[in-house]
Amino acid sequence: MIFNIPFIAVVAMIFIGLFAVLFKRNLIKIVLGISIIESGVNLFLITLGYREGGVAPIYTSAPSDAITNTPGSMVLPVPQALTLTSIVIGVAVLALMLSLVMHIYKQYGTLNVRKIRRLKE
Amino acid sequence: MNLIDILIQHSPPLIVAVPLFSAFLIPLVSRINEKVRNAFALVMMSITGFFIALLASDVFANGPRIYVFGAKDLAIPVVRILFEVDSLSVFMAIVTFILVFVSLVYSWSFMKKENDGLDKYYTLILLLVTSTLGMELTGDIFNFFVFLEISCISSCALIAFWVHKAEALEAAFKYIVISSIGALFVLFAIGIFYAQYNALNIATLSNVLQFTFLDKIALVLLVVVLGMKAGLVPMHMWLPDSYGQAPPSVTIVIIGATQASLYGAFRIISTIYGNFFNSTDLSVVNFVLNTNAIGWVIIILAILTILIGVVMALIQTDFRRLIGFVAVAEIGYIFLGMGVRLASKYVESVGNVPTAIVFPAYGSIALQGSIFHIINDCLDISLLFLVAGAIYYATRETSLDEMSGLARKMKYTTVFFLIGLLAVSGVPPMNGFSSKLLIYESTYQLNPIISIIAILASIMLLAVFVKVFYSAFLGPKISKFENVEEVPKSMLIGMGVIACIIIIFGLFPNMIIHYLVEPAANALINNAQYISTVLGGV
Amino acid sequence: MSEMSKIVRTIANVSFPLITIFGLYVIAHGHLTPGGGFQGGAVVASGLIMLLVAYGSTWAFERIKEKRLTSLESLGAVWFIGVAFLGLFVSGIFFKNFLVGLKLFDNITFFGDIPVVGSTLANINTAGVLPLMNFAVGLKVIAGLFAVVLVMAYASSLKEWKK
Repeated sequence: MIFNIPFIAVVAMIFIGLFAVLFKRNLIKIVLGISIIESGVNLFLITLGYREGGVAPIYTSAPSDAITNTPGSMVLPVPQALTLTSIVIGVAVLALMLSLVMHIYKQYGTLNVRKIRRLKE
Repeated sequence: MNLIDILIQHSPPLIVAVPLFSAFLIPLVSRINEKVRNAFALVMMSITGFFIALLASDVFANGPRIYVFGAKDLAIPVVRILFEVDSLSVFMAIVTFILVFVSLVYSWSFMKKENDGLDKYYTLILLLVTSTLGMELTGDIFNFFVFLEISCISSCALIAFWVHKAEALEAAFKYIVISSIGALFVLFAIGIFYAQYNALNIATLSNVLQFTFLDKIALVLLVVVLGMKAGLVPMHMWLPDSYGQAPPSVTIVIIGATQASLYGAFRIISTIYGNFFNSTDLSVVNFVLNTNAIGWVIIILAILTILIGVVMALIQTDFRRLIGFVAVAEIGYIFLGMGVRLASKYVESVGNVPTAIVFPAYGSIALQGSIFHIINDCLDISLLFLVAGAIYYATRETSLDEMSGLARKMKYTTVFFLIGLLAVSGVPPMNGFSSKLLIYESTYQLNPIISIIAILASIMLLAVFVKVFYSAFLGPKISKFENVEEVPKSMLIGMGVIACIIIIFGLFPNMIIHYLVEPAANALINNAQYISTVLGGV
Repeated sequence: MSEMSKIVRTIANVSFPLITIFGLYVIAHGHLTPGGGFQGGAVVASGLIMLLVAYGSTWAFERIKEKRLTSLESLGAVWFIGVAFLGLFVSGIFFKNFLVGLKLFDNITFFGDIPVVGSTLANINTAGVLPLMNFAVGLKVIAGLFAVVLVMAYASSLKEWKK
């Protein structure tokens, strides 16, 4: 049961993030909601790689069966690489979204998403 | 091994690496001169096109080809990233190349009036090209996700290129919120795949997939998100906004990125889940109803897309937003073909014992019509967007209420608009007729109502565009359009290239289907060849 | 933004070299300890942004030309792809790690040793092309993140942006 707590945290973070994106009216709160969803998905990817009793996957001071019994008693390293890529992409998307929010504030004068609706049907 | 063989062998990574390299060289090159920078971008795209042509000639003749990054041989189990190029990938790469080349030629004069920021424009367009070509050539699903995110970021920055227009910023913000949440759900589905099967390679996944409950969740997430990126209803809301507010030379490259997401959806349905949806082996008898259910869901969404696209296009007054809604409707035709193929699978049985699983012949015709419609739809909608851009360049007007009587001054643009109008509505002898005829014929045999709705939508499209043509080009002269003159030559060359290709495809559809479309459609459903290229005859 | 008080500026001056050295350490040891190009680059960029906050964005934007930061960023990216192409020219496969096991004049390897599993002393001379690519990515991240925050801070202080 204790090893399922990170997965419960993942689901909770994704739902909180979706709630913020769908129901909040301030543009910056929507951007923060996307950041929370991204943290949740990154946590999901890292938790997949856990093996019970494993150490960090570094060759220095590695346990003796690291090469003969891959991955041996090391935690899986591939999800860590996937998570790192996802964090970098998240930083770039966050920077772009915040620049757009600054420009929108200059043009529209407000950060209320109900009022930024010039593109109606 | 002469030079051509070496070039063909190394062309998959070079097709992606040459635009990436030149995208980062553009700020350094632009310190010299502006014309040098424009010419440099064109030359680098031509080199990429040369590599695509070489690779296409090899893949259509010899079958799929792989390229492993960083090692000479492939060790099984597969741990390296690899590019796997089969006929459908090269077909999409050819489509992307035509769109990008025309866009670069067109934006030579169209963007000349901008004061600054053109360095970043060219860098971002080359990055968008890199990511689109990477999405189409890759054989690894996490690599597909990375390229998907790169295309999302670059196209958002390009949609908001005219920062002094408030609507463009609003469209770009909507686009990036929806796209980034969608891409995070694709990452979630990739995590589900990795957790169960410890593999990220598409061929390995399609070999070992068992259709568990988690796999069904992953299928729903992937098809919904990639359908959203392609413009399927009810996730289509970003498409008319973004296509309508971006600069027109950018819009046609974003159309290429949309088609690459559609290619991703087809690849996931047909290859990763191919052992359950595409195979005629008797062991998947229990999954025939699943295949039919997914086919019918896609058919219903496609019909809704066609209807909503056409009906919303009837009431628009903004020119580029109207063409955006027509683009939504055309995506519906493409999904209709794939859905008809999946929904038509049935089981032949003698008594109560199943003897064979059969895909009827009209299923493969539907798939061929759908793939042929990808290239036709790209060309037609691009020509209409370029015409809208030419009108904006000459008159600074975007609303149809203000335009009138432009045919007197802009003769070539009128002719190009006529060609685009006939092509989009499916009137012979343009190319839209051939692909739509294939789709009508095959969907009629599944269920006549679907075909009737599709034909009616085409007729309504003709009505929409005749109204636009009459009000914008014919009609009385207006005094404020006294000084309007024809657009510069590079824009005319760009539109002319697409118009020529449309007419050639319309006059010789049999050759195009035999040489380009049939190998692509067969490669999509031939799961075993895709797997055995990587895993070596398992 | 205007500058902050003298205490803040002094502490920023004192701690900026320490942060930079730590960030460059994280970049350079990316193949041995957790870290690498992006992580170390983000640390150094945070140090630069701390200086920006302490001294004010108007002062900084007059002295740092944004075109030079863009050129530095392009240089980092061109370096990365250039090393990948170098793998193609030297040994025939794109992105190949061609420095591993490659002995230059009399048995000196340039990042080319093969690590021994389980040893307690880390060898920095290992892992081939990866430290070079770490430097390229670190340079790009430093220039990129600092340019983004610099332009954002300057733009929010312009008079026509305040309502």
